[in-house]
Amino acid sequence: MFLKHLAAFNFKSYSQVDINLHSKLNCFVGDNGQGKTNLLDIIYYLSICKSAFNPTDTQNIKHSEDFFILQGKYERDDKEENIFCAVKQSEGKVFKRNGKEYPRLADHVGLLPVVIISPADLSLIIEGSEERRKYVNSVIAQFDRLYLEELIRYNRILAQRNKLLKDIADRGNYSEDLFEVLDSQLATMGETIYHKRKDFVDKLIPIFQKYYTAISGKDEKVELVYQSHLDGDDYIKLLMNSFSKDRMLQFTSVGIHKDDLTLMLNDHPIKKEGSQGQQKTYLIALKLAQFEFMQNISKVKPILLLDDIFDKLDVGRVENFIKLVSDESFGQIFITDTNKSRLNEIFEKLHSGYKLFKVDSGLIEEIVGKD
Amino acid sequence: MNNQIYPSKLLENAVEEFAKLPGIGRKTSLRLVLHLLRQSEVDVDRFSETMIKLRHEVKHCKICNNISDTDVCTICSNPRRDSSLLCVVENIKDVMSIENTHQYNGLYFVLGGVISPMDGIGPADLKIDQLINKIAEGNVREVIMALSATMEGDTTNFFIYKKLKQQPISISAIARGVAFGDELEYTDEVTLGRAIINRVKFEATLAD
Repeated sequence: MFLKHLAAFNFKSYSQVDINLHSKLNCFVGDNGQGKTNLLDIIYYLSICKSAFNPTDTQNIKHSEDFFILQGKYERDDKEENIFCAVKQSEGKVFKRNGKEYPRLADHVGLLPVVIISPADLSLIIEGSEERRKYVNSVIAQFDRLYLEELIRYNRILAQRNKLLKDIADRGNYSEDLFEVLDSQLATMGETIYHKRKDFVDKLIPIFQKYYTAISGKDEKVELVYQSHLDGDDYIKLLMNSFSKDRMLQFTSVGIHKDDLTLMLNDHPIKKEGSQGQQKTYLIALKLAQFEFMQNISKVKPILLLDDIFDKLDVGRVENFIKLVSDESFGQIFITDTNKSRLNEIFEKLHSGYKLFKVDSGLIEEIVGKD
Repeated sequence: MNNQIYPSKLLENAVEEFAKLPGIGRKTSLRLVLHLLRQSEVDVDRFSETMIKLRHEVKHCKICNNISDTDVCTICSNPRRDSSLLCVVENIKDVMSIENTHQYNGLYFVLGGVISPMDGIGPADLKIDQLINKIAEGNVREVIMALSATMEGDTTNFFIYKKLKQQPISISAIARGVAFGDELEYTDEVTLGRAIINRVKFEATLAD
């Protein structure tokens, strides 16, 4: 699966985009603030139905314009797929596949899988556990449709239980039976989610380790540790044991909504130990593992979007990485960089074709094209 | 938005009253009031009297909480209905919906809502105790839970089930699954998944 042609109007900094793309490697080079990342965002948008950077649709419309339009022509299973997206200031979002509008946006997500690696990923390491739960959730939800539904139901029950805990702090009396009911509902849903997360992380670890070693080229030991209150414990018992504490806190303090994924490097959390380059390598390996994982399930090679990937990496790691992704097992790739000669040098060593575009104040010009 | 100037205070008051109704904004409200002004006085009197009479004279059935003109509603007092079957619903509209199917010949029990702490509704705000007392009288053989298929509906089902499970009765819940005339392709995964798990004997589908 790959993107052949991309057109856009009034998206972020762009008035107009109209480019033909290479089926394997595409690079956008230019100085800061010229619109390289926005191009990746268009591609992301066409797959996931939203921006990778700004969740408010209308804020992605070019300033003082009323709408934006995105159009992608893809080749998928030897057939052409035309994806159309329009967002209008007051009328919301429309997605069409081959001229036919989707009744639900969720039906489109997953058709053209995409994985993005960007500097924003660093929040996975430095921010709190919520970011890592969000990451795990978003990956599982891409291949397990029921998972999202279960998560929504879990959160709904959780909100009801928390409201009840607040109410009893105000009123004093409470119905023990109602807590029993909510607890057993939380437990049923929570255990399903726990097992799906555990299963996913277990499968991800070996793939992740393989990529980390391939890029670092060194013998650094990495490990992902899924941590949950449920490890070896019964959910109902957990909730019962923490009930008096929950009453004081006025919220539910145990459960899968407190899960975390600890990212370890040489037996220590990378948040504390890793250098910036190691952290970057770590994130890239994590995303590539996600790529392979999704590919194994959907049998389609996702599009890989690499935003400002070379920042903070040493030359050895950059070369290892490019060699890795230009391999057969990866599909179409988009890279942004500020340094044209660095990219060109690496690509000349590869024996595959590529296209290089110069991005300058919203204008895109193809400067190298090699088949 | 609210600075509309009305030529008459009487008109304004009427508009405000109508605008309190669900789904009615100020514009629709004005349209309704002007319409009433064009009607004959007799018609408008009848309209007002009907509303007043409704509010003052309507009763709730002592047995099932359904709306009624008498102390016991026409369903509960109908000797031809099966009083050993009891269908638990959220509100009066649900009674009307099930009655319209003409498929049910038992009695009803209106709970008055579902448990939802976020909306300030706890078990004590519903008629759950009344339901339990009714079952304890011993005339009911089967309770059918017919609440909404939401998380709150499930919570309420489960709560009532826990209260009733010691009683010598059977407790069932209405089936959830693929709607009539729907194609499987367009059925959402949750519904379809449940429909597969809770599949029914083919013979049972022939009875329709």
